[in-house]
Amino acid sequence: MTSVKIVVAGGFGVGKTTFVGSVSEITPLTTEAVMTSASTEMDDLSQVPDKTTTTVAMDFGRLTLDAGLILYLFGTPGQHRFWFMWDDLIHGAIGAVVMVDTRRLADSFPAVDYFEAAGIPFIIAINGFYGEFPYGSKDVKEALAVSPHVPIVRCDARDRNSTKTALISLVEHAMTMQMTATQ
Amino acid sequence: MRGPREVDRPPGPGSPGPGRGRPLPGGVSRGPGRPLPSGAQKLPTPIPPGPSPRLGVEGEKSSLVRPYAVTGGRTQPRYQLQIEAMVAASSYEARDLSVLSPECQAILGFCRDWRSVAEISAVLRMPLGVARVLVADMAVEGLVRVNQIDHSHGGPDLNLLERVLSGLRKL
Repeated sequence: MTSVKIVVAGGFGVGKTTFVGSVSEITPLTTEAVMTSASTEMDDLSQVPDKTTTTVAMDFGRLTLDAGLILYLFGTPGQHRFWFMWDDLIHGAIGAVVMVDTRRLADSFPAVDYFEAAGIPFIIAINGFYGEFPYGSKDVKEALAVSPHVPIVRCDARDRNSTKTALISLVEHAMTMQMTATQ
Repeated sequence: MRGPREVDRPPGPGSPGPGRGRPLPGGVSRGPGRPLPSGAQKLPTPIPPGPSPRLGVEGEKSSLVRPYAVTGGRTQPRYQLQIEAMVAASSYEARDLSVLSPECQAILGFCRDWRSVAEISAVLRMPLGVARVLVADMAVEGLVRVNQIDHSHGGPDLNLLERVLSGLRKL
């Protein structure tokens, strides 16, 4: 049994969990990671009984793609200060869908910055709330200042086909990036 | 030790910076002067915030010891397990499972089919880090099998991506 994952990122309330839920075969689950103030060299908690923890919740869904292949979709924790989790989350990921609400475009900048810097394939998915897309893809692309080859798709996170199309676009983009890199 | 880096706030509406982004009509653009990949300072650090993390909306304060009591206080798994690593109970040998902790018994019961580390954590309500430690221990002891892709050379290869694509198209 093989598993792969795609990360769904974007600002708080942009529709990440809706996106995951519209295509997942299970109701999205929530995993909680307990963050400690401990650094990586400390692995014995009995030494520090008075330290406190922060719990970060992450929603995810699952799609069975064939008899031996499962795709997991992970929503990133919404708050910026939990970025330190992303390194762990994106390790080995196919890529990321960065969801954008054009009314709050700036909320997506941190995610764009992150995936650009990490060299992870990503696409921009403009979530059209109520089916409205007040700005063209070109405007959004320029406002986000992303590289011209980064795909931008319009999507309705509630709609399974729309979500599916966004995922296909990301996988195709990841393949293009790999083929370009190996040429 | 540094905490997660605060983001440079982009200029607000009406004050577009001279940088790469052109604002949406009436909107904002991504701020100027972003250091690119070499900028280690731009990358979030894997190290959690300093000695006394401030707790926010998503944060919940509790004892550090409690969640890790079932691992004997260990936070580091015996080997690296990805969050999407698949886990299945090994075919049953004649083995007395009653000596296992309730958590390990729960994992064995849940993993009669292949399940991910993330699902174990979510469904059995244990923090991700705890699930990782327990599953790694159980794998070493031969109680479960673990399948994960070797990502040391990057993400999934083209063949696997082809399979993902074809699976998505058939949905």
